[in-house]
Amino acid sequence: MTEELFKRMAQSVIDGEAEEAAALARQALELGVDPLEAINKGFTAGMDVVGELYSCGEYFLPDLILGGEAMKAALAVLEPALKASGQAREVLGRVVLGTVKGDIHEIGKSLVGSMLSANGFEVYDLGIDVAAETFVAQAQERKADIVALSALLTTTMLYQRDVIEHLAEAGLRDRVKVMVGGSPVTQAWADQIGADGFAEDAAGAVAVAKRLMGR
Amino acid sequence: MIRPKLEFLSPETVRRAIDEAYELLWDPGVRVHYDEALRLLGDAGATVDMSSRVARIPRSLAEKAVETAPSSFYLYNLDGEPVVHYGGDDVHFDPGSAAIEIADYEARQSRVPVTADCEDFVRVAEMLPQIDALATSIVCGDVPQSMADWYRLYLLLLYGRKPIVTGTFAIETFAIMHELLVTVAGSAEALAEKPRAVFDVCPSPPLLWSDITCANLIDCARTGVPAELVSMPLMGATGPATVIGSAVQHAAECLSGITIHQLAKPGSPIVWGGSPASFDMRTGTTPMGAMATMMLDCTYTQIGKAIKPGGLPTHAYLGMSDTKIVDAQTGLESAAGAILGALAGVNMMSGPGMMDFESCFSLEKLVIDAEIVGMAKRLVAGVDDSEEPLALHVMREVGHAGNFLKSKHTRRSFRKEDYIPSEVIDRDFRQTWFDKGALDINARAHRKVRELIAAYEPPPLAAEVVRELVAIATRHAQAVGLDRLPARTIER
Repeated sequence: MTEELFKRMAQSVIDGEAEEAAALARQALELGVDPLEAINKGFTAGMDVVGELYSCGEYFLPDLILGGEAMKAALAVLEPALKASGQAREVLGRVVLGTVKGDIHEIGKSLVGSMLSANGFEVYDLGIDVAAETFVAQAQERKADIVALSALLTTTMLYQRDVIEHLAEAGLRDRVKVMVGGSPVTQAWADQIGADGFAEDAAGAVAVAKRLMGR
Repeated sequence: MIRPKLEFLSPETVRRAIDEAYELLWDPGVRVHYDEALRLLGDAGATVDMSSRVARIPRSLAEKAVETAPSSFYLYNLDGEPVVHYGGDDVHFDPGSAAIEIADYEARQSRVPVTADCEDFVRVAEMLPQIDALATSIVCGDVPQSMADWYRLYLLLLYGRKPIVTGTFAIETFAIMHELLVTVAGSAEALAEKPRAVFDVCPSPPLLWSDITCANLIDCARTGVPAELVSMPLMGATGPATVIGSAVQHAAECLSGITIHQLAKPGSPIVWGGSPASFDMRTGTTPMGAMATMMLDCTYTQIGKAIKPGGLPTHAYLGMSDTKIVDAQTGLESAAGAILGALAGVNMMSGPGMMDFESCFSLEKLVIDAEIVGMAKRLVAGVDDSEEPLALHVMREVGHAGNFLKSKHTRRSFRKEDYIPSEVIDRDFRQTWFDKGALDINARAHRKVRELIAAYEPPPLAAEVVRELVAIATRHAQAVGLDRLPARTIER
């Protein structure tokens, strides 16, 4: 019975059906299933399949994103119960992410956010045109392990350095790792501004984030 | 004579797409991050929410703007000749714009371009007759970023004769670029009368106008310098995943831009253009060489031509490739785009020379693309059937002897009947090709690049105009902390 439920949970993530995933999560709670088990044996198992299908070229970005959304919907239902039971799911790291000041480009950063969430990171997406002060405040409040900065324009890329300087001024630089990305951003630029990580695409960003967390 | 023409949509679908685009202007409306543009829209009857910065534009208001926007205009070269006609089904090509890298043939890798690269670019682009206009294609890394936009235009004005496709990276730099253009034109009125340049203005998908783009639109309108809308939905990422869906979004973005522009000054020239792309769902890249990208370009072009009687001038980023080096994929993608766009009657295609998702420029590719452009233009010139009789006279004259090389008809006809390529295109007998060094197209193109650079001579420009351009550039460079402009290699 529970095994069957876990299978359906996994399938809801594989199919990218967020409403179905949330409904199954609620059903699990009603049936008294341990929320941590539901996450690990149900939804995360589905996410693993999604990741494998993506790796072998059968799944594409929309499949991955919708799988992540389904996972998120399930977690939204299960996490309060998890907390109440005094347990916590394994989180690889907490990431505060956004597009820097003056830049209104959304898609690249959102893609990275989805990929990180799907891979076990807790992601706080601050959106676009985010001031350096906001990154610092949110990094503090969310106890971020990683601050991830996106920029699409050569003109706004400069603000990535700005955020790093603000983090240093706030005394946070030793505690948080900084990742940078975006179309004009290169490893050389990341090195120049003292960022800890750079990746060219969302999949690369996951690998870098894992490395930064010592995984 | 029939002009070969490519159309993807039935008239009924065009009408539905236009209807839906107008509906989008009202619900959900467009986001406008610029107070002056919001005021213009609000004063004219749009419903504006200043806090969310969303403007809901009634169809009647947008339709009026479309009505006042001209169906065609010309761009002029240095000599004041109207060499680019934006309108009808006329096709022109300019190099792709704003590369932050240049493919260095000798080094076999790409790097950040500098002033000397931009100079070489102008030399080559000026010397290629197939290329109708210059573009500010090279973003020089040897000047501060804050002057990188106008500095490109400065170099083109110093060294070039052709019209220019350009754009700003900021609000303030429009005034500097206008000042440079006015210096060469003689006066602001002369520039508006015979515009030398068109400015690309890019809305952010979906349905968002940033402060820079709004300011540029309004400045263009008020100075009479043509604006070129570059709407760029990414299919399935920042726009609907379908060609027709993204074409509708494109139309809505263009219509809102035209509305802001025409409210600033009715009758100013503006182009229905874009740089949309398919979205690679495996890598997250934006392939300019994808078939759906090209189909979307042709589709929105058809819509732009139908948006009013006589249509609007059109533009697209076509003739590009996503490769990092010049290879067979470069050729296949660039040729497909240029040919499809020519068949669709896109007035200006920006693309030759550009690779790597619009970020890397190659002079070798520019030279190869010029051959593609030559072929594409030949294609749309169609099959000339004006001779009467079609063949009887020449067939009977030559008779069974069969040597048409001796016929005057051949001599009279052959030059215009096919596009005659340069030696970049290999048509040698095998042994000759071998004896010439057995070069591949990349090597032949590089040789051509060197030849063109050597053969280039700068067009005549009055000494006082040169002095004034240098003075303006020096003044504005110093304002951003650059004491001396980078050394130039071309005497002026």
